Amino acid sequence: MDWDKFKVHGEPLIYGAMASIVLATIGIIVGLTYFKKWGYLWREWLTTVDHKRIGIMYILAALLMLFRGGVDAIMMKLQTAAPDMKFLDAQHYNEVFTTHGLIMILFMAMPFIIGLMNVIVPLQIGARDVAFPRLNAVSFWLFFFGAMLLNISFVIGGSPDAGWSAYFPLASLEFSPTVGNNYYSLALQISGIGTLITGVNFIVTILKMRAPGMKLMKMPMFTWSVLITNVIIVFAFPVLTVALALMMFDRLFGSQFFTMANGGMDMLWANLFWVWGHPEVYIVVLPAFGIYSEIIATFSKKNLYGYTSMVFSMLIISLLSFLVWAHHFYTMGQGAMVNSFFSITTMAIAVPTGVKIFNWLFTLRKGRISFTTPMLYSLAFIPIFTIGGVTGVMLAMASADYQYHNTMFLVAHFHYVLIPGAVFAVIAGFHYWFPKVFGFRLNERLGKHAFWWIVISFNVSFFPLFLLGLMGMTRRQYTYSAETGFGPLSMVSFVGAIGLVVGFVILVYNIYWSTRYEPRDTDGDPWDARTLEWATKSPIPAYNFAVVPNVKTRDAYWSAKQDKVPLFEDKITKIHMPSNTGKPFILGVIFFIAGFSLVFSLWIPAILSGVGILIVMAAMSFDRDHGFYIPAEEVIATEKKLRGETV
Amino acid sequence: MKIDASKPLEYSTEENSNKIFGFWVFLGAEIALFATLFTVYFVMVDRFASGPSGPDIFEIGPVMIETLLLLTSSFTIGLAVHAMRHGYQKAMMVFFGLTLLMGLGFLGIEIMEFVTYVHEGATLQTSGFLSSLFVLLGTHGAHVTFGFLWGAAILIQLKRQGITPATANKSFIFSLYWHFLDVVWIFIFSFVYLKGLM
Ligand code: HEM
Ligand SMILES: [Cu+2]
Repeated sequence: MDWDKFKVHGEPLIYGAMASIVLATIGIIVGLTYFKKWGYLWREWLTTVDHKRIGIMYILAALLMLFRGGVDAIMMKLQTAAPDMKFLDAQHYNEVFTTHGLIMILFMAMPFIIGLMNVIVPLQIGARDVAFPRLNAVSFWLFFFGAMLLNISFVIGGSPDAGWSAYFPLASLEFSPTVGNNYYSLALQISGIGTLITGVNFIVTILKMRAPGMKLMKMPMFTWSVLITNVIIVFAFPVLTVALALMMFDRLFGSQFFTMANGGMDMLWANLFWVWGHPEVYIVVLPAFGIYSEIIATFSKKNLYGYTSMVFSMLIISLLSFLVWAHHFYTMGQGAMVNSFFSITTMAIAVPTGVKIFNWLFTLRKGRISFTTPMLYSLAFIPIFTIGGVTGVMLAMASADYQYHNTMFLVAHFHYVLIPGAVFAVIAGFHYWFPKVFGFRLNERLGKHAFWWIVISFNVSFFPLFLLGLMGMTRRQYTYSAETGFGPLSMVSFVGAIGLVVGFVILVYNIYWSTRYEPRDTDGDPWDARTLEWATKSPIPAYNFAVVPNVKTRDAYWSAKQDKVPLFEDKITKIHMPSNTGKPFILGVIFFIAGFSLVFSLWIPAILSGVGILIVMAAMSFDRDHGFYIPAEEVIATEKKLRGETV
Repeated sequence: MKIDASKPLEYSTEENSNKIFGFWVFLGAEIALFATLFTVYFVMVDRFASGPSGPDIFEIGPVMIETLLLLTSSFTIGLAVHAMRHGYQKAMMVFFGLTLLMGLGFLGIEIMEFVTYVHEGATLQTSGFLSSLFVLLGTHGAHVTFGFLWGAAILIQLKRQGITPATANKSFIFSLYWHFLDVVWIFIFSFVYLKGLM
């Protein structure tokens, strides 16, 4: 065997990373053993099928990945902070921007949103669980081990280096001879299957498990956004599945899909990638819209303005998102007619998006606004996202795009859309729902400190990129000479990035501080909120609701509080719960081994793990564990305890 | 688990009807998957470089047998579900088993066909056209293989547990899957083989 394939040579950074991975792993293992937490970890987390815990694990993983993607970002900013920097070489810079983009979108933004949706959606619709709790665990572990597979590429074998869009022929074996792009195809494939399963699971959950009386047009806006997002997932992810499979065949088995000879066609990759890739950005942005809608309504103490038009604009956006993909390669010779079509459809998306912006503004109008941390993020989102949107329309004009194409202008644009549209949203949602899950708020003072650091530094870091782009600085350029004049603005941008880091550090410190010192909530409704998730106690009991709520209006909890409409009319009875299972975790591990073996073309372990996957699936099929019941008395006792009464 | 006797067994619990609905959603994703593969194939169909083209390698004989087997098996799985609705466990299992056997026959012929292609110098590596042909057919074939294993697992459960809400639900979902594979095959038959032979 050729052991050299596994080695990544030279760089002190890589040795540093290896050392820290090894140390962290040893630390975790020793810690768990010392505190005798293995059993706890296995019983309560690794085998859990509880949607709230799965959601928390998604969010933890996403935060870890935010850290990893952030380190990549800082390395890039440092490398370009001044002319002729010698921090990263070209190859390493390529790897860093590739993993940064991939990780931020697929392993940070999307799982963060899926995490929030796991925690909140069943509660918002008054359900006891998702439709398929065990499949939900499968989804999580596939995502998690997919992410891990991508992460080890940094230290074993080498990272992908052809950009997060992995254009061919650059991503082919010929031009990217390391195993990096094998990791790309397999890590994304594994986590993508997990995402697809999530899509199916939540469509069924939302359509079939809503509390009695909750008509579709009475659903909270976040749930609506999640429903539409999951429909996009179900139709977009299979395209990615195919694209990645073809990539794997080309790289591992020498097929001719994207080659330059023998009838291959590199543009096929660009088309397949963006048929999935463009909807993907809406997969992360639509739930963000949902989060903002909840927060803005809650902290303006008003009904969301234009509920129906909010829903329809999301539906229109989701349809259009499938019709715009070719705006990512206007300059690759597809002719004026094609470019015009994609130009018009792209600009059309601005219309429903504009409708939403105005709805939020009208919701704020005459509202009794309280400026809490989640609300601040939501308010900052509106103008910043609008800048992103307007520059998006500039980019959408095919003829003008010949000027901006592949410059820093584009990089500025998509960060101006993605950071307020996804990152601010998940942070806002995180602050907003945190007390629901843990029973205490994050500290508001620290929260606001972090907010101002993040929002100001974001603009300091990314606004200069618009100017640099117009000055002609190209994207993915690892160094430049002093004569270009890019130096000063790049330095400003670097300083902004450091400011962002400070903001995130304060945010994380806030979690620690609040865990220790924040006062605990008593009634589960710290914000005086509107939707059903606030109607149950915090922390949330395993069964969510002791009694399934009866919904009569939109914002059911709000009207229950205001108009004294009863929510819980039935008596407490025994509650059916699914049992925990270790099989999803094991399945994830085997998928990881299979992926790793394929990356290095180790056929025997690959085949064995393929068989292993089938065996676990069969074991899941033969499993006759139908869960268990929590007796009514136990539910009553739990409820009393949560209300603070002694049993 | 509440069993609603007014509904067919496979729909009789909430969990069961959710599973069937969920499977329909999943089939939506499968349609997207095969639609993408067909698109790739249509893009590639004339890009055979210096390798053979469709008419050079396709043979109608084995393909007709494959079609016949798969269509008949789609019919027998329908009969199995029909028998299940009447509670005839024996008949159900016979039809179910026949379905799986025909699936196996289909796979055998497909594998032989692939071997012939490769002997004629038509491999995955030869041209864009052949790559897309093998991946399209192979994905369908892999689905049939998986269906065979899955069906066998259900058959064992039927034998052990009889027709229960759980096994009825699984069998019904399996039948949806099997019909779906049949529909995909009809597209392959028409747009790959017939069109390729014309
Ligand atoms: C923490 C602040 C961030 C900083 C300082 C940052 C910085 C950068 C830089 C310097 C590049 C490379 C530009 C180039 O040379 O081509 C880049 C690319 C990219 N970033 Fe970020 N970024 C940040 C956050 C994010 C977030 C939150 C997302 C997505 C949710 C994101 C998505 C991307 C994507 C998709 C690319 C393109 C990668 C590629 O070219 O293949 N970034 N970012
Ligand atoms: Cu796009």
